[in-house]
Amino acid sequence: MMKKKKGIHALYAEDPIEADRRLWGRVSHAESRRGFLKRSAIATMGMALGGNIVFAHHMPAGLIPASLAHSIQPFEIPGKDPGLVVLNDRPLNVETPAHLLDEPITPADKLFIRNNGLPPASLNVDQWTLSIDGESVQKPKTYTLAELKSRFKSYTYQLTLECGGNGRSEFNPPAQGNQWTVGAVGCPAWTGVRLKDVLQDAGIRPDAVYIGYYGKDVHLSGDPEKVVISRGVPMAKALEEESLIAWAINGEDLPLMNGYPLRLVFGGWPASTSGKWLYKISIRNKVHDGPKMEGDSYRVPCEPVAPGTQVPDENMCIIESMPVKSLITYPRSGARLSQGKKLDIRGHAWAGDLAVKDMHYSIDFGITWQPCTLEKPANRLAWQQWKAQLTFPRKGYYEVWAKATDSEGKAQPMIVPGWNPKGYLNNACHRIAVMVV
Amino acid sequence: MFVKNCIHFITTVCLTLSACHSQHDTQESKEDSIQTTVSASDSIDQATGLVIDEALPIVKGNCTACHSAQLITQNRATREGWKSMIVWMQQTQNLWDLGNNEDIILDYLAKHYAPEQVGRRKNLEDIEWYDLH
Repeated sequence: MMKKKKGIHALYAEDPIEADRRLWGRVSHAESRRGFLKRSAIATMGMALGGNIVFAHHMPAGLIPASLAHSIQPFEIPGKDPGLVVLNDRPLNVETPAHLLDEPITPADKLFIRNNGLPPASLNVDQWTLSIDGESVQKPKTYTLAELKSRFKSYTYQLTLECGGNGRSEFNPPAQGNQWTVGAVGCPAWTGVRLKDVLQDAGIRPDAVYIGYYGKDVHLSGDPEKVVISRGVPMAKALEEESLIAWAINGEDLPLMNGYPLRLVFGGWPASTSGKWLYKISIRNKVHDGPKMEGDSYRVPCEPVAPGTQVPDENMCIIESMPVKSLITYPRSGARLSQGKKLDIRGHAWAGDLAVKDMHYSIDFGITWQPCTLEKPANRLAWQQWKAQLTFPRKGYYEVWAKATDSEGKAQPMIVPGWNPKGYLNNACHRIAVMVV
Repeated sequence: MFVKNCIHFITTVCLTLSACHSQHDTQESKEDSIQTTVSASDSIDQATGLVIDEALPIVKGNCTACHSAQLITQNRATREGWKSMIVWMQQTQNLWDLGNNEDIILDYLAKHYAPEQVGRRKNLEDIEWYDLH
C-alpha cells in the first residue's frame, strides 16, 4: 500500500501558521503575523536554509522559505500539462513549448502562467463580487458572480493572450525578469460578459480615459496592504466587443493559476492588461497609475534606443497592441527525416489588434521565402492557422523559419528587434532545426 | 556543509511527519548528477540551483525569503544591473535595507551571473534530435 506523503507545500496549503509551528516550532506575533516569538525557531529554519535569516522579525508568518520550496517535493501544478516549463516557482511563471501549442484552440492545461504575486490563499466564489468605481463612474456598482452571469448577455471569443515579455531571453544586453522563450502565448475560447456592457450599466462619465483593474493576488512580501499589479487599458480598448470579463476557458471554469473565478481578457494586448482574480474595475479620468503601469514596466522607449541605453521614465511609452508574430507548432524542433521525404509544417500567426495577411517560410536562412496556406481567424483577435508542405534539396542541417506579415504590411524580423530595457516585444521569426539524412 | 545541514533538516522533518523518506533518498542520489549551468568549475547548490561559494548563505537568507532562486539563476546582469534590481525591490517590493550584506550579495551576483555576449541572435542550441517518419 502506498504511504500517503505530505510535503511542505501541502502542509502550508492546509494551514500555514500550523505548518510554521510543526516544521520550525515557529510562533509569530499574533497582530502582525510577522517575526518569531521563540528564538529557537529562527535557528531551526536558518539551519535548513544554510544561513541566518536576516531581518527575521519582518518575515511573514506562513511563508515557505523559497529556497526550500523546490527542494523537498517535485513541482507539480494542478491542472497543467507536465510538459510545461517552469521558469520561476515563486512567483509562478510557466511557459508552453511550441510543439505543445499545436491545437487551434489552446487547452486550459497548456496555457502559460505569468503570476506577479501569489494566487489568493482562499477563495469564496459564492461571496465573490465585482465592483465598478473610479473618478469617471456615474454610479458605483457591485455585482455578484451570479448577477454578472444573469444580468448581462454572455459571449464566447477565441482571444490570443501573450505576455509582453514573451521572447525576452533573446535580448542582448540581457533584460531583467522571467526569461521567456516563445511559449508565453495561447489562444483559448474565453466566455464571459462584455466589459462595455458592465461599464455602461454603471455609467461612464464623458471624462473617462482609462480603466484600471484590481485582483486578489497576494504580494510576494506577504504584505496584505500592497497591490501586486494593477494595470488596464484606454477606454477605446475597454469598449471593444471582444473585451471580456471572463469566467471560463473552453467551457470550463478558469484554472486557479489563470485567474479563477474571474478575470479580464483583452485579446492582442500584453497579457498583463488582462487582470486575474478580478474584484474591482476603476473607471479613471487619467491614465491608470497602479503598480506596473509606470517606470520600465510594460513600457518601451518612445523613440528607438541603442542596446543597453538608460532611458528616463518620461521617454518610456506604454505598450498597447502586440506586434505580428507566429509559431511553428509542428514538427517539434529536432526532426530527423529521410532525404526525398515531404515535410508538412504548421502553426499559428497573430498580430495584436490586426489580422495576419500573409505567411511565409524559409529553409535557407531567409534568402528565399515561400508562401504558406493561411486560414482566416475564428473571430477578430484570434490567432490564425497556417500550413505548408516542403521538400529539402539535399542532405544536411536546415532551419525552418516562419514569418508572418500583418494587414498593414509589417513583417516579423529575422533577428531580434529593437532593444528595450525590460525586453518586451521580441517578435523575431520562430525557428526549428531539421536534419535531412 | 549546507547539503549536510539540509539533509539533517529533512531527516528531522521526516521524523516529525513520518512522511518523506523516499524523497530523502532521491535527494541524496541526485547529488552526483547535478547539471552545472553556469560554468563547469562552479558547483551548484541542489536546493536552490545557485552557485556555491562563501556568500551563498547570505544570498539565500536575503533573496529567497520572498522569491524563488530561479529569478536569480535565469537572469544575467552587471553589478550595476543587479544593484538596480535591488533598488527596485526596495522601492516597490518591501525588500529591507541589506546593510553590509549588499556588497557581499552584489559581488556574488556580478561574479556568478554576469552577462554573456550573445550577439543579435544565438544559434539554435540544445536540440533534441528524433526520427520523424
